[in-house]
Amino acid sequence: MATLTYRDALNQALREEMQRDPDVFLMGEEVGVYQGAYKVSRGLLEEFGPKRIVDTPIAELGFAGIGVGAAMAGLRPVIEFMTWNFAVLALDQIVNSAAKILYESAGQIPIPIVFRGPNGAALQLAAQHSQAWDSWLAHIPGLKVVAPATPADAKGLLKSAIRDNNPVIVLEGEMLYNLKGEVPEGEHLVPIGRADVKRPGRDVTFICHSKTVAVALKAAEQLAEREGASAEVLDLRSLRPLDEEAIVGSVARTHRAVVIEEGWPHAGIGAQVVDIIQREAFDQLDAPVLRVTQADVPMPYNKQLERLAKPSADRVVAAARRVLYLD
Amino acid sequence: MATATAQTTDTPAQRELERRMLRQMLLIRRFEEKAAEAYALGKIGGFCHLYIGQEAVAVGSLAALREDDYVISSYREHGQALARGVPANALMSELFGKATGCSKGKGGSMHLFDAGRRFMGGHGIVGGHIPLAAGLGFAIRYRGGDQVCICYFGEAAVNIGAFHETLNMASVYKLPVIFLCENNRYGMGTAFERVAAVTDVVEHACSYDMAAELVNGMDVLAVYEATRRAAERARKGGHPTLLEVRTYRFMGHSMSDPLHGVYRTKEEVEEQRKRDPISQLAGKLKEEGVLDEAGLDALDAAVRAETEDAVRFADQSPDPDPAELTTHVLAD
Repeated sequence: MATLTYRDALNQALREEMQRDPDVFLMGEEVGVYQGAYKVSRGLLEEFGPKRIVDTPIAELGFAGIGVGAAMAGLRPVIEFMTWNFAVLALDQIVNSAAKILYESAGQIPIPIVFRGPNGAALQLAAQHSQAWDSWLAHIPGLKVVAPATPADAKGLLKSAIRDNNPVIVLEGEMLYNLKGEVPEGEHLVPIGRADVKRPGRDVTFICHSKTVAVALKAAEQLAEREGASAEVLDLRSLRPLDEEAIVGSVARTHRAVVIEEGWPHAGIGAQVVDIIQREAFDQLDAPVLRVTQADVPMPYNKQLERLAKPSADRVVAAARRVLYLD
Repeated sequence: MATATAQTTDTPAQRELERRMLRQMLLIRRFEEKAAEAYALGKIGGFCHLYIGQEAVAVGSLAALREDDYVISSYREHGQALARGVPANALMSELFGKATGCSKGKGGSMHLFDAGRRFMGGHGIVGGHIPLAAGLGFAIRYRGGDQVCICYFGEAAVNIGAFHETLNMASVYKLPVIFLCENNRYGMGTAFERVAAVTDVVEHACSYDMAAELVNGMDVLAVYEATRRAAERARKGGHPTLLEVRTYRFMGHSMSDPLHGVYRTKEEVEEQRKRDPISQLAGKLKEEGVLDEAGLDALDAAVRAETEDAVRFADQSPDPDPAELTTHVLAD
């Protein structure tokens, strides 16, 4: 297995799927001549030409809608948003067009499209550029939402997303693009809707996704060192559909859970996960489920304040201590 | 829906085309009258936007296109669907929310779909479908086809960002799209000149280096000819066109809006009714001796029977099975 960055794993997925299927094309700001704002599309213009690697003006609503229209005609567009912060301008097309046309047409017109780009905070980009849209997007029936945390999952989930006959949201991370990891070559598909145990454990389950997987893994190490307690790290990978079986299965083993996400707490992904746990694993619980999220504020610019706002291993450990009744 | 080649008014093909267009306009008129009746009886729910007064726009433009061209519209789309050949039965059934409707009762008046006829929907958010039209045009160009996509929207959509973003990209990418603005002068109850700095929609084409034409929407032949020219431009070089078609809706914005309301006068509506596109074409055909009064009556009787049939069909059709609630959320 080759060691690749998350960025190159995504690049490999795009390249392989474009080689495999001539109906797949990539469209977005700076994807071609500039080689991608985050270099995910590096080299693709040279290989596939401007017909399939399409630079757009800064017009998120417009090019997202062009993608949906092309999908109505049976093409398989991959729409890159420079960040999901800008995709808010395109929500009408994602929510009102992509997610609804199959239902409104009673199955006549599927929309096989991928919307992808970095989501959540990077470093000191301030309030408008540091937002996690996970729960907004996962709220919508008609969409699938995935959020890979590792290079291998990035490749496997993007490939599955491109082959899916539905609109699939792929939430990447600016802070993940340089992350290295082993990536299977060639036909590596990660099924949408399956969570993955990134670290097995016995005493508490950390349920996380995307960038918070690294936070949870760090917290699990600290918890083992400081308290001798063993945390299981369950990476959701897919936010819609959620892998209820994996969530319930893990909680049934550990009897305790902390749910971690980059988004705000109110009506977040964690709220949905907690709903599943209280409904399906009520009798298994030995403690209330706690959540660690971004602080319920717009992201501040100041470095110290930003650090305070983000979910951290320290906060996860603190939550774990509470559900383990160590405090 | 053959590609028209006739350009003179006295060939048999042209007369046949005009007769067919008259029949389609009459069918739309009678269909919409039936829809209004059914709405009043509570058989149609929700929003229902009638096309009465605007028939020449859908009929004239679609007569100029081919069966393999794409059609996409806003929520005032009963007329386009009928002119495209979606059967009146399937259409009325959809308005009634029945399982036999063209969207199996899941779309309703604003979301009519018939993928087989490349009728790619009614869409309910003002201007939201304009980028979709460019996407359909993008797919045509991607595959090297010579089809076009026609996109219907009202003048109120011109104030929406999606219109401008799309026209720019359609022009940059040279997409074979006909953007047909049905300027009926009112966005719901707001006169266009009250909310638009530029009131000639056609002027917007300049900003996007796009071909444009101003068309009399009460003259079905003028609409037909302008659309034919736009389609030719699109098929040859993939150039988009903006058509501003000036028309008028004789009814309220939707069924909950009275005939003229407080935003326009009764006199204005009466005055516009004198330009009725159906009377105009019928008058022309009578004058030319193509059709006499009896012929016109027979045509009218035939479309009335068709719409009565449609109501009966819709009435007798079953509701969707409860299991349909959760189908078609995701594709396999």
